[in-house]
Amino acid sequence: MKDMRISRRGLLKGTAVLGAGLAAPTVLMRPASAAFTNEPTGGSVTLGFNVPQSGPYADEGADELRAYELAVEHLNGGGDGGMMSTFSSKALKGNGILGKKVEYVTGDTQTKSDAARASAKSMIEKDGAIMITGGSSSGVAVAVQALCQEAGIIFMAGLTHSNDTTGKDKKANGFRHFFNSYMSGAALAPVLKNAYGTDRKAYHLTADYNWGYTTEEAVRTSTEAMGWETVSAVKTPLAATDFSAYITPVLQSDADVLVLNHYGGNMVNSLTNAVQFGLRDRQANGKNFEIIVPLYSRLMAKGAGANVKGIFGSTNWHWSLQDEGSKAFVKSFGTKYGFPPSQAAHTCYVQAILYADAVERAQSFNPCAVVEALEGFEFDGMGNGPTLYRAEDHQCFKDVLVVKGKENPSSEFDLLEIVEVTPVEQVTYAPDHPQFAGGELGKCNPGA
Amino acid sequence: MDAIILQILNGLDKGSAYALIALGLTLIFGTLGVVNFAHGALFMLGAFCAVTLNALLKTSYETIDPNKLDFLGNPAKVETPYIVDWFGPEFGGAMIEWSVPLAILFAIPVMVLVGLVMERGLIKYFYSRPHADQILVTFGLAIVLQEIVKGFYGANPIPTPAPDALTGSFDFGVLLGFDPGSIIYPYWRLIYFLFAAIMIGGVFAFLRYTTFGMVVRAGMADRETVGILGINIDRRFTIMFAIAACVAGLAGVMYTPINSPNYHMGMDFLVLSFVVVVVGGMGSLPGAVAAGFLLGVLESFASMGVVLNVLPGINQIIIYLVAIIILLTRPRGLMGRKGVMEE
Amino acid sequence: MLGLDNRDMKLFIWVVCITVLAPFILNPFPAESELAQFNAGYPDLMQRFMIFGIFAIGFNILFGLTGYLSFGHAAFLGVGSYAGVWMLKLVSMNVIPAIIISVIVAGLFSLVVGYISLRRSGIYFSILTLAFAQMSFALAYSVLTPITNGETGLQLALDDPRILDSASSTGSIPPTNFFGIEMRDGFELALGPWEFVFNFGYYLCAVVMLVSFYLSMRIFRSPFGMMLRAIKTNQQRLRYTGKNPRPYNLAAFVISGMYAGLAGGLMVAMDPLAGAERMQWTASGEVVLMTILGGAGTLLGPMVGAGVIKYFENIFSKINDALLYEWFSAMPEGLQDVFVFLIHPFIGKGWHLTLGIMFMLVVIFLPGGVVEGGQRLAALFRRRRQSRETDGPAAVKDATPAE
Repeated sequence: MKDMRISRRGLLKGTAVLGAGLAAPTVLMRPASAAFTNEPTGGSVTLGFNVPQSGPYADEGADELRAYELAVEHLNGGGDGGMMSTFSSKALKGNGILGKKVEYVTGDTQTKSDAARASAKSMIEKDGAIMITGGSSSGVAVAVQALCQEAGIIFMAGLTHSNDTTGKDKKANGFRHFFNSYMSGAALAPVLKNAYGTDRKAYHLTADYNWGYTTEEAVRTSTEAMGWETVSAVKTPLAATDFSAYITPVLQSDADVLVLNHYGGNMVNSLTNAVQFGLRDRQANGKNFEIIVPLYSRLMAKGAGANVKGIFGSTNWHWSLQDEGSKAFVKSFGTKYGFPPSQAAHTCYVQAILYADAVERAQSFNPCAVVEALEGFEFDGMGNGPTLYRAEDHQCFKDVLVVKGKENPSSEFDLLEIVEVTPVEQVTYAPDHPQFAGGELGKCNPGA
Repeated sequence: MDAIILQILNGLDKGSAYALIALGLTLIFGTLGVVNFAHGALFMLGAFCAVTLNALLKTSYETIDPNKLDFLGNPAKVETPYIVDWFGPEFGGAMIEWSVPLAILFAIPVMVLVGLVMERGLIKYFYSRPHADQILVTFGLAIVLQEIVKGFYGANPIPTPAPDALTGSFDFGVLLGFDPGSIIYPYWRLIYFLFAAIMIGGVFAFLRYTTFGMVVRAGMADRETVGILGINIDRRFTIMFAIAACVAGLAGVMYTPINSPNYHMGMDFLVLSFVVVVVGGMGSLPGAVAAGFLLGVLESFASMGVVLNVLPGINQIIIYLVAIIILLTRPRGLMGRKGVMEE
Repeated sequence: MLGLDNRDMKLFIWVVCITVLAPFILNPFPAESELAQFNAGYPDLMQRFMIFGIFAIGFNILFGLTGYLSFGHAAFLGVGSYAGVWMLKLVSMNVIPAIIISVIVAGLFSLVVGYISLRRSGIYFSILTLAFAQMSFALAYSVLTPITNGETGLQLALDDPRILDSASSTGSIPPTNFFGIEMRDGFELALGPWEFVFNFGYYLCAVVMLVSFYLSMRIFRSPFGMMLRAIKTNQQRLRYTGKNPRPYNLAAFVISGMYAGLAGGLMVAMDPLAGAERMQWTASGEVVLMTILGGAGTLLGPMVGAGVIKYFENIFSKINDALLYEWFSAMPEGLQDVFVFLIHPFIGKGWHLTLGIMFMLVVIFLPGGVVEGGQRLAALFRRRRQSRETDGPAAVKDATPAE
């Protein structure tokens, strides 16, 4: 009843407006047509920041959002300019993008592909976003990337590590700056060889979904290539909170290395459980038992507390890097928010700047022009050294960091230490590598 | 053999968490007839009592140490907990280290208070309302509690380790004549199991051997008659609610060293604990406990590699599969009473 | 008319008018104004209102009439979605075959689940349905990845066969269509500062929703509906009269499962991707909350509940601090900060908190849900007015029948 009344009022209003509108000369009936979807017409341009704001990755999402806000500030000429001053391309002038002030809308992916798509759609349909970026999982990245392809919008992926994002699910309108499972495996293998030798028996625990599968495959392939043997690989449910039932069989096996292909809450719990069961102090086959976490995130390492000490893993970027770009970014982020940025924040900041730069260089917001400007683009000064956005699959190629949990952290942010910066050549693969087989990039879609 | 013993231990351990939560849930079901979707949130609140106490003990003042630099290259601030300053690093440090066991003392009054406020302030008005309304209001409450905790502590898990003395593991294998190192089990998980056993035993003894418990049991069986006899059953039910909240909260406190707590841990356990309660049979406390251990053990066995090779994915669905089978073969779960929540 | 009595006809006409004019009603604020953030009149959300409306209407046929509380209805929606996407992949981008197969598959699945679960009642029934749904979710997310594409969700690919469609050479996936009319197409109408979007996909959803709503009205008023109500009131007594309630229950269960499948089919027709999360218990819980929030057992309630929850999810989660500062920009700086600080916890990432508080407020102050509570409030208001004024009968006549 109450509801009816509100609606009726709204209805009356609507009808009145319609009447007035039909009489007025300003009436404009048009099918949705423009040169490309959401062509910015006024003095501003809208970017869509689609990050997890609820659910287990909300903190990572909050950090991504901070980075985006910083990037927008820098693009509009505010702040100290951050990495814009170290970036090798000098197309950006600090007056927005193509002279248009950068505005943004935010949304909540909830780390669910459905919700992420709904949120991205509302940015495209309602807010007129010209580009969507962000996210904290590969499922979301792949789903939103496909949506952007169909809608004619550029998608600059946030944190997504699965091979599929630029493998079998790659799309012409989508770009990934973050590294991937294959690179983790390729970067980790030599370091593990040095530290633990070539005669090792590995036991894998793998999160039972796409990202887990690709990571297990990548780490297996590269460790087996150097002589390790894979004793067993067990899949664990995503919803698992207690991993004791998966850890205890490791005690019975003759494995001497445990690989935890887990991320987020799964990683925190499985690592905590593994340490509880004394795996760190264990001797097997006459060697020290070791644990490996292929994908590290500092935020998650914090959740595992002291358990990460001495455990190897890989990461896209870390705030302690000493190149000019990283230093500039840490300084401007740290000054604004009071703590160092996470790798997710770094990747998101870089993606926003890269997009803006590509538009400047292309002198157009047209997605096809942007794609052309980004394909094969080589740049430097954004952390990770010289980087290539490969044209064939829209994957970034750059140095990958192998890190280790720090034994004596000096602060709550100082949890990981960089063991090796794996040069880009070592993690580069052919576009038709079997781990990335299938799928087509397709053609860029400007929409409309 | 040793693999099986280990999985039984795992199952008992997991089962103790299920059983403790289900016990509280079924107390509320059985005594008050309220479907409490906020019960998982009580478990979570308990865990965050431990986190809060840890944070309180670590309350620090800052001094600037010119010799150290922070990540921006400025002189670093060094935090010294007041407690270390007051009691010296030895005793103060030990208090921080033992914060989880200490949190039990802290959590009891907090959880009792939360339970009383919740029952008197909200749940009381929903006794006579349809279950649908109870679901909506308690679910809403669970979200609110969760979001408040998230507002304070963020979404990331917060490590709350057990005291160093209790972090090692115990070698069962030697005790039973196996090779050393083949059956080891972390001390804290054994403590958790013992703790659960004590809690469960305590609640049962309380209900069985005290007059108070007798009246409550009578009330569970037939509320009206007890009321007619002139006994103020309402007040006793309020106390029972507080006890249930306390059981859930303490289960949460003790759980923190096993897995780092986060704000949605309650929701993760909620659905499972409902399954446990129903499989155990509505209105039956022993049923809830038995079902908790049964499902815990089965889940552990289903997670073994040998089993997974034959039936891939069985670890994902075992609990639900068993629930279906039990409910189809035993209409009211393991030990359910007739007529409770069957309409 | 149409087999409806006067009251119902009036209600139905209201619903038709509101759905047809929704693009206007949902966009009450000029596009450039600061309140435009609260506009909900964009295609995706309008489609969602309709789709979740259908889902909730269907759920209400089971829960509202028979009182059986299913906690696994999202599974039928999910299974329907998967079937729909496969149809789009294999047969044609026309949405009709996809929607039809969704309904059929969901119907069959609900027949199996219903047949087993309905052997028990009350909470035992709820847990059985929950168990089936959770198993479907867990398997779809992991082991069944070849069929469901797991975490990522089942989506279209360039090299899908689509045997009925002519091969496209554009290098992009063709959009879903209804005999050539693309679902994403539409036209915009700009009236001065106002902008309204009319989307073909929305109107397809609206037509389907209206048909579903009409059918549910007929079911509510039919002898079959009476029988279902009798089950809710006293199943025992029904049995004593020599009627077996099982077939009726099962029929209601399958009908509501088919409604869920229809919603799933429409969902992929509008946005061709099926994610496993839509089968999770939280999704099942959501439709329960929608129905209770709006008012279980009322005709209009579930749709209202669906609208409210989806509105919060999509609109409140997108308000951020920058926007808040814009809204309060007229205030002096200190005051501005205070307001932003006060409102901050409830918007953006805090939208869950707002939703939780709203659940509690609605159920505390409007027992029986928004619609029933609203009716009571209206009745209260009317009585007061009646006692003051003399033209009471006119006020009563003015009352719109709403259920």
